Amino acid sequence: MITVLDPGPQTTVQDAGRTGHMRYGIPPSGPVDRASFVLANRLVGNPDDAAALEFTLMGPRLRAETPCSVAVTGADAPVTLNDAPAAAWTTLTLAAGDVVRVGAARAGVRGYVATAGGIDIPPVLGSRATYLRGRLGGVHGRALARDDRLPLGSAPTPRRRTVRAESRPQWGGEAVLRVVLGPQADRFTDEGIAAFLGSTYEVLPQSDRMGARLSGARIAHARGHDIISDGIALGAVQVPGDGQPIVLLMDRQSTGGYTKIATVCSFDIARVGQAKPGQRMRFTAVDVATAHRLLRESDAALAGVELQEIA
Amino acid sequence: MSVELGEEISADVNTRVRALEYLITEKAVPGVVETVPTYRALLVYYDPSIVGYGALCAQLAALAEQAATTAMPPSRELELPCCYDRELGPDLEGAGQRLALSVDELVRLHAGAEYLVYFIGFTPGLPYMTGAPERLTIPRLDTPRVKVPAGSVAIGGIQCCIYSVESPGGFWLLGRTPVRLYDPDAAEPILLKPGDRIRFRPIERREFDDIASSVAAGHFRPVIR
Repeated sequence: MITVLDPGPQTTVQDAGRTGHMRYGIPPSGPVDRASFVLANRLVGNPDDAAALEFTLMGPRLRAETPCSVAVTGADAPVTLNDAPAAAWTTLTLAAGDVVRVGAARAGVRGYVATAGGIDIPPVLGSRATYLRGRLGGVHGRALARDDRLPLGSAPTPRRRTVRAESRPQWGGEAVLRVVLGPQADRFTDEGIAAFLGSTYEVLPQSDRMGARLSGARIAHARGHDIISDGIALGAVQVPGDGQPIVLLMDRQSTGGYTKIATVCSFDIARVGQAKPGQRMRFTAVDVATAHRLLRESDAALAGVELQEIA
Repeated sequence: MSVELGEEISADVNTRVRALEYLITEKAVPGVVETVPTYRALLVYYDPSIVGYGALCAQLAALAEQAATTAMPPSRELELPCCYDRELGPDLEGAGQRLALSVDELVRLHAGAEYLVYFIGFTPGLPYMTGAPERLTIPRLDTPRVKVPAGSVAIGGIQCCIYSVESPGGFWLLGRTPVRLYDPDAAEPILLKPGDRIRFRPIERREFDDIASSVAAGHFRPVIR
């Protein structure tokens, strides 16, 4: 059991997400930065998809009510254990009464706190992931609040391990996102496509788990910005009438009626979700075969991350 | 992958979309993870480590051919109570004026029709439907509302929808159903399915309040045939 002393601005329970309900308008949810989420779970000996916490811009302050192990990954944020500096990307062993605190992100937006045994709350539609707009899953469908008590699954105490520095992602600077053009790329002018692929876009503060709103060179439509509503894939880049792109994320609406110029490849979604407001990104087009090869490489890289034992 | 079966909003095209989805589910096509039907397209989520893009395209193209003639399980018919009252349907007057119909006539036409649920989307459990007589075709509101209450029954273009959660919306609000289309605390949170047929039963405000209370207490079940 852990108690939430301070939840931070928006901390939710997430697991791998729920599958099969988009045809009813329910998005998958799940972690925006899957690799960091998976590594947090591995550091505490959990399966990759165990329920953990996702925080936003600033982490929570948590008290262990029973001995447990935790790991903090994702956004680069200071971690303290009973007010003493502690390591991120590393298994931390907590005694009952210990307080772990995660501060403000220096780089990146979303971080993960995994606990050995996972957060043991009842799944809703097959998943513990929180869908805030739908008030579904997680802790009563909402973000964590002060004094929430989170039950943990039983688990053996994991070995203490760390993710080597070279395997930790870096979130600063200009992100380059690989996209596959379509399904409505033909609804834009050549100049519109050239603007999309040739300039940089800045992340706006209105971005959330539903989508990242971007601002930059106007992407001009060839013939109207409305289509007959259709399904919206993860990473779809929607361009409404104002010509400014929105990259749709885990809590996206399942369908929509704006043109979609491209889809950001799933292995680059974390880069979208970890870009802070004001940070810039650019898009580069790849074909489907290249996207699938890069996905295999990205999956293999995550599978191959070695966790280093520490004394 | 998006499979497009037409360029228009029609029951025929949508029926083929739903038939394609049905065939994919029946045949358990390897690698398909999830499908999202809409008016004229089926979005297919697949795992490229199980099936390649080219191979899946070929399989789905073959199934799309069959979709034109596939028999699907019979659709459900649901009766939803709806209170067409000026408070719960604040656009009754405005829509009536726009369509040159009296409010009574507008309600009679709207409640007299049967609606086909083409798909569920946008927010959890929200049905996109058509079926209203042509006389009720109306452009969307010039200025969408920032907040539309859940349960609002509304028309826009040739479409009819029922807002499933409080959300922004650009349709004309004619009334409200006390039935919950989305209940995150229920074992099955979503009431409607693609392919359902809906009729509205006009009710007075008193009955609306009564049903709303039994819905809140978990006692009310809409009539499903």
